[in-house]
Amino acid sequence: MTAYSQPDSRGYFGRFGGRFVPETLIPALDELTEAYATLKTSEEFQREWNYYSITYSGRPTPLYYAANLSAELGLQIYIKREDLCHTGAHKINNALGQALLAKRMNKKRIIAETGAGQHGVATATACALLKLQCEVYMGEEDMRRQSLNVFRMHLLGARVIPVSSGSKTLKDATSEAIRDWVTNVRDTHYIIGSCVGPHPYPTIVRDFQSVIGQEARGQMLSYENRLPDYVLASVGGGSNAIGIFHPFIDDESVRLVGVEAGGHGTQTEQHSATLSAGSFGVLHGSASFVLQDGDGQIKLTHSISAGLDYPGVGPEHAYLKESGRAEYAAVTDEEALAAFLWLTQAEGIIPALECAHVFAYLRKAAVQMPKNALVLINLSGRGDKDVTHVAQILTERAQAEPEESA
Amino acid sequence: MNRAIENRFAECRQKGEGALVVYITAGDPSLDALPDLLETLQSAGADLIEVGIPFSDPLADGPTIQAATQRALERGTTLPAVLERVAGCQSRIHIPMIIFTYFNPVQRYGLTRFAHDARQAGFSGCLMTDLPPDEADEWLQAAQAEDLSPIFLLAPTSTEARIDLVAQRGLGFVYCVSRTGVTGARHETPPDAKALVERVRPKTNLPIAVGFGISTPEQARQVCSFADGAVVGSQLVALLHEYKDQGNGLKKAHDYILSMKDATKGMEPSSKSL
Repeated sequence: MTAYSQPDSRGYFGRFGGRFVPETLIPALDELTEAYATLKTSEEFQREWNYYSITYSGRPTPLYYAANLSAELGLQIYIKREDLCHTGAHKINNALGQALLAKRMNKKRIIAETGAGQHGVATATACALLKLQCEVYMGEEDMRRQSLNVFRMHLLGARVIPVSSGSKTLKDATSEAIRDWVTNVRDTHYIIGSCVGPHPYPTIVRDFQSVIGQEARGQMLSYENRLPDYVLASVGGGSNAIGIFHPFIDDESVRLVGVEAGGHGTQTEQHSATLSAGSFGVLHGSASFVLQDGDGQIKLTHSISAGLDYPGVGPEHAYLKESGRAEYAAVTDEEALAAFLWLTQAEGIIPALECAHVFAYLRKAAVQMPKNALVLINLSGRGDKDVTHVAQILTERAQAEPEESA
Repeated sequence: MNRAIENRFAECRQKGEGALVVYITAGDPSLDALPDLLETLQSAGADLIEVGIPFSDPLADGPTIQAATQRALERGTTLPAVLERVAGCQSRIHIPMIIFTYFNPVQRYGLTRFAHDARQAGFSGCLMTDLPPDEADEWLQAAQAEDLSPIFLLAPTSTEARIDLVAQRGLGFVYCVSRTGVTGARHETPPDAKALVERVRPKTNLPIAVGFGISTPEQARQVCSFADGAVVGSQLVALLHEYKDQGNGLKKAHDYILSMKDATKGMEPSSKSL
């Protein structure tokens, strides 16, 4: 078997990827490709990135054996604690890596898009650290449901620019960030938060996030002396999932499962399960799976989790799905919410709503897994940012219940 | 080979004029109004018309065209409906038409089917803002098979190698983007356009038009002093929307295009080497 070596030199993972952007950006993407190729192999750059990863972000993150969940489900469950990273999610890996890259490229201004606000906070943090100007595009709907993160970005000195077009969520924030980049491309670096966008972004983001899988693989081997049977991660754009999947791709015995946001159900119009229910298309600069109508218009999406509320997905996931190397499933808002409470009470870990989707899947799929199967789960972010939103939902329900039963 | 677009530019040049390329968003103010709008633009002096297909995520467009696009989609405008409507007014429109779109609706429709149906509807060329020439292999085959001219854009950031690529792969005309940025009316004259046109000129025999941010007769005149044509879009789209309820949108559009076309006249034909 030949080792996995996607993408090709033009940024294609099979038929997915590429560069579908206005001409203005192509030279900047060429410049970025070249700069990244040089820095990727530069020992000095790797040393700097490792230094900050260890002393600033808190790497390596622990691999935690979830004894209570394991006993309840009859499995051996390990949780990769990316929620313990500085700023509360895996997003810092990529934000810091790209900010260091931007600094080397002499770009003084950074822009980013954010959904849940985790990538925005991570980018604002890296910019505060490295003294770069930072502006973050965020949908108005997301600003409402993730107000804590908006405030954190303000504290960190970033400007948050509200986006009121379309569904006022991540898709529209991404479009607006790309428009900004088209306009200010000469002095600005765009730190994309997920493994989406035009080449070389999906590769850069994957590489910076692969530290998750590299660590977890080593930790698993040292604790259990074998590879996991399953690796599970949530998929919106797919950066935490590709980060933990990538180092396991050549390990054929390891089943890779991505869990998408099923919203009110993939049979409805209100979900964000791009790989489960989408089709081939081009959005935000790359060919991948997208949620679209028969005329190729991008659909509005829904998820309880702002970080998964996106009609596209990274091209590498589309490739892994089509090649059969990874499988993808969806769980609903309800199931995710229940799993949010379940994990919190079972293990004393409040997960981000994004990650709650993975635990919801685990809860359902456990019966089909062999007894004592070794399961590795990427807990990519903590739930502090979601506590207000969840409290609101639970309060609304508590108030609605007596009326319903009356 | 279809040379309708190149010929129109050549006719303008012979008359000592720059070509006025006019963009509209199909379906805004309405698809029913499209035939009369096309005819009005033609009679006001438009040399070529770009018919924009609304797309849900128009990355290269500023607020004006984004809003027009949104309105058109809310009214249920679809690619097949636009093609059908344009096909129905072929006997009335004699100037070349260009279909202007993002790539996703086209790939969804099917490249070959799209090229065929667009050509049948009367379009001479096609421009896709998010399909750079390096990603266009399959599209070029489809367009060539149907004799539809593929038009590509160049930007102030484009390198010499990219100019060569567009010169090699494009037909119709070369669309030079006046500045880094998205579409939308601006007051100042485009700072980067002239230098770009001067870099492109020695590499192609195709006519060169400049667009993005051109809204006033003064800007059009300036652009046509060094390029073969000027593209106007957002300002017209804004006018059509502003006056749609008062019933004088077509009149306003006519007067505006007339003033823009006037500004392209009286150029020195010898100043440019085509």
